[in-house]
Amino acid sequence: MQYMMMFYETEAEFAKRNSASESPAYWGAWTAYIGELNRAGIVVKGDGLLPPSAATTVRLANGERLVQDGPVTASKEQLGGYFVIEVPDLDAALTWAARSPNLATGSTEVRPVLPPMNPTGQ
Amino acid sequence: MSLGPGSEAAARRAAEHAARQSYGRLLAYLVRSWRDVAAVEDAIGEAFARAIETWPLAGVPANPDAWLLVAARRRLMDAARSSRVRSEGLRSLLVTTPEQGEEADMLPDKRLELMFTCAHPALDPSIHAPLMLQTVLGLSAERIASSFLVSPDTMGRRLSRAKLRIRDIGLSFSAPEPEHLPQRMSGVTDAIYAAYGQGWDSIASDDVSIRGLSEEAIWLATVLVHAVPQDAEAQGLLALMLYCQSRAAARREDGRFVPFAEQDIARWDAAMIASAEHLLARSGQKRDPGRFQLEAAIQSAMIQSRVTGRDMRQPLLALHRGLLQFAPTIGNLVGHALALANLEGAGAGLDALDTLDASKVAGYQPYWVARAHLLEALGTAGKPAREALEKAIGLSEEPALRAHLQRRLASLGG
Repeated sequence: MQYMMMFYETEAEFAKRNSASESPAYWGAWTAYIGELNRAGIVVKGDGLLPPSAATTVRLANGERLVQDGPVTASKEQLGGYFVIEVPDLDAALTWAARSPNLATGSTEVRPVLPPMNPTGQ
Repeated sequence: MSLGPGSEAAARRAAEHAARQSYGRLLAYLVRSWRDVAAVEDAIGEAFARAIETWPLAGVPANPDAWLLVAARRRLMDAARSSRVRSEGLRSLLVTTPEQGEEADMLPDKRLELMFTCAHPALDPSIHAPLMLQTVLGLSAERIASSFLVSPDTMGRRLSRAKLRIRDIGLSFSAPEPEHLPQRMSGVTDAIYAAYGQGWDSIASDDVSIRGLSEEAIWLATVLVHAVPQDAEAQGLLALMLYCQSRAAARREDGRFVPFAEQDIARWDAAMIASAEHLLARSGQKRDPGRFQLEAAIQSAMIQSRVTGRDMRQPLLALHRGLLQFAPTIGNLVGHALALANLEGAGAGLDALDTLDASKVAGYQPYWVARAHLLEALGTAGKPAREALEKAIGLSEEPALRAHLQRRLASLGG
């Protein structure tokens, strides 16, 4: 089954990416983790994302298009990246999620990927 | 007469104390005649709720256990009467219910029998430990779930399914026949071990602070040792967990992970170590060795080497060899390789690591920590050591441990 692991990071965690003293440990942990995901041969696809300050949100308000700076919701933890992995079951997906480095301060959401639609509708 | 909030708090404490002390005893006792774990749990839950309600007003009864037993049984009878489906159960309950006077003084302790049922081979081994934690200690599914890396909903469903299965396939809540006893006993000890360090197959060499329910597992093992004082492995298991637990405070300094060799031994819990030593000595007198006694003996020797400064490398290697006879798990094989390296050099340890099954070690974090350590000791720090450390970092769960390994990686340079 395919699961998406969504890595949520705190603002402080995002800030480590560009901090001279903390970025080596930050990127080192992610590089090691992603290296293991790849070596396990379970990665379908995955990317890191630029911080939420780089996000732009579009919505309709009273029928008018509204474009705003920032992510959809202003919460303490924001999406920092994702991986779709192919593993036998949720237990296996959670085993990998439990190793994600953002857990020190953030959280990781695991969700099954919607299976491909059956064109005959059966 | 009005009772102040102080006496209410006292009653609540009495109820909570009774809960820890009596929950498993009550459940183990009632479930023998009722055989429906979920129904008995509900009844006991209501009895405790009523106790918290009425004891502050009426005072704590002289025998809280007996009070709770009567209340829970009344509740079971009421539920049975209101359910035609349960009529068979009611009949069997009425047949097997002992006289009131018989149990008023002391509830016979049937928790061992309950543990045997929880760890029955007819149930999936992965549910043994959660069932035991819930039925013997009264822990909620929420509390148990995270340490087994599943959601509370999932854990709740798995527990419910197991309880239905116990009822439907008619497992009895009695001790096994003598010829099955050793095998059934190892089911019980394995489940308690799993509760302590869920996920690792060798808890001793690793940091388990975010896993497992260590205090609860120690409690279960204590119950087991009291129930079967003649069983050497039960004592070995409790000793092993006490040794590991005694170092809990020393494993962290300012949030940093501290490896065994660098721990401040003044921060070890001396009383806990003394209890463990006493248990290990008692188990040894029985001349019936097993994996848990050997693992405890390894812990004892490691602690001695730090405390007395004596060279324990030879006995440690012998103990690790012995352990492999009983439990050649991947964790124990890695432990053996490290013991070998300590005595005969890093090269010998690496040779031993190289013989291990590649598919088993690929995702096993302690293997890569050990490999990096030995490569470093051999002086071939360079690329292979870095790669092994990076694998270990990528497989780490605990932030403090990951940070520790990252510092080591940085110190390797390159």
